[in-house]
Amino acid sequence: MKIKIGICTWAMAAACAWGGPMSVQVREGVLRNRASFLGTVTGTLAYGERVDVGQRQAGWCEVVGSPSGATGWLHESALTPKRLVVESGVDDARIAASGEEVALAGKGFNKEVEAEYKKQNATLDYAWVDRMLDYQIPQAQLIDFLRQGGLGR
Amino acid sequence: MSTKTHTIWMSGAGIAVVALAVAAMWALTGCETMNQLAELGTSIAVATGDITTNEAASINRTTRAVTKTFEDITPEQEYYIGRTVAATVLLGYQPLPDPDLNLYVNTIGQSLAQFSKRPETFGGYRFLVLDSDDINAFAAPGGLILVTRGLLKCCETEDELAAVLAHEIGHVEKLHGLRAIKTGRLSTALSTLALESAKTLGSEQLAEVTQSFDESISDITSTLMNSGYSRRLEFEADRCAVDILRKAGYSPGALVAMLENMQANWVSTRLDFAATHPPPADRIAQLKCKGLTSTKKTAPARQQRFDAIRKAL
Repeated sequence: MKIKIGICTWAMAAACAWGGPMSVQVREGVLRNRASFLGTVTGTLAYGERVDVGQRQAGWCEVVGSPSGATGWLHESALTPKRLVVESGVDDARIAASGEEVALAGKGFNKEVEAEYKKQNATLDYAWVDRMLDYQIPQAQLIDFLRQGGLGR
Repeated sequence: MSTKTHTIWMSGAGIAVVALAVAAMWALTGCETMNQLAELGTSIAVATGDITTNEAASINRTTRAVTKTFEDITPEQEYYIGRTVAATVLLGYQPLPDPDLNLYVNTIGQSLAQFSKRPETFGGYRFLVLDSDDINAFAAPGGLILVTRGLLKCCETEDELAAVLAHEIGHVEKLHGLRAIKTGRLSTALSTLALESAKTLGSEQLAEVTQSFDESISDITSTLMNSGYSRRLEFEADRCAVDILRKAGYSPGALVAMLENMQANWVSTRLDFAATHPPPADRIAQLKCKGLTSTKKTAPARQQRFDAIRKAL
């Protein structure tokens, strides 16, 4: 299993290192002008968006082409070599069944399944989980916090 | 032997031959090879008349199904698993609704996450303090991290608090929560989903997937709250924490210092951290093997803001 994870990680890094198309696998991919979270934001990418990747630097990939025209650096953990099909057709679904190149975005354990699960477990309360998600600290505030604490140098 | 009986016997033998060949090759090779071999094997068996086309399709579907593991879970699916794991933990713990404390913990935690090897998850890293004297923390898949007031009270510096959070980030980075899902839980559900092209699931598929979701949540919460991760995974999370602390600029030795504080409060019969983690002394020994030494060293600005917030604990 460890070898398998290693191979997957290597495959992702390699796909990024050698360039080629990749998909955004986070809700919003934030592009920066350099390979660092301290870089200036140059644009954002939507979940599932297919992008062209150029060079790689310390875990970061340079997005050199995207449908919206946005370019910049994105951390490799926000990208996957798999194509994420947001609205699947039968052919894509069949490829997904073989499990390799296509993952079905928005399918699987999703909002619909969460709602069904909640119906069966009435005591579960997601109110605090939703409040947690609001605790997003703006990047500028994180940078100030690091700087004031003598961190992140 | 009648023709019908003969056909059934041959079908059974054909399936057995293919299954044995696939099982043997699985042991020797890997998933993808196994899929290809299964498809090759079944096509030969169909050609020789040992099995029917339908039986071949069934074998191939099953072969694909068994290859579905936690690695097939997309970050979006991981996010929804994490939400329900966090909601389940919150059945047993009340949140501590102190905005300043939660803001401070989130600022440290989200800063640290940027220095991990997995800074991006589908919904991002979020932290919540639980109003409990228990010494405990829970890292739900996808980055929802819950930590008790009792554990925060074990910290004497911001660096030590950072060490606690970095350890939990390590569990998320290494997908430890998803690994707790027992083999086979996901196979049927993920295969059903992959073959289902409609945007919304039919009631039968929804029930099947929800059942798989339920079992996966049970596996993870049972591990987080009752049995704990293996010692190997805990040590791995500690190594991640050291790496994150070092890159962020915190003292990595703060993890040792925090574990020493925890050791002082350690009661092995308690049903919190003691039930789900190796004894702090074992973790300290592992870290010392890596050359780390305990340190209370921190920057004055960090200590000042930590002391200001500590009053809320």
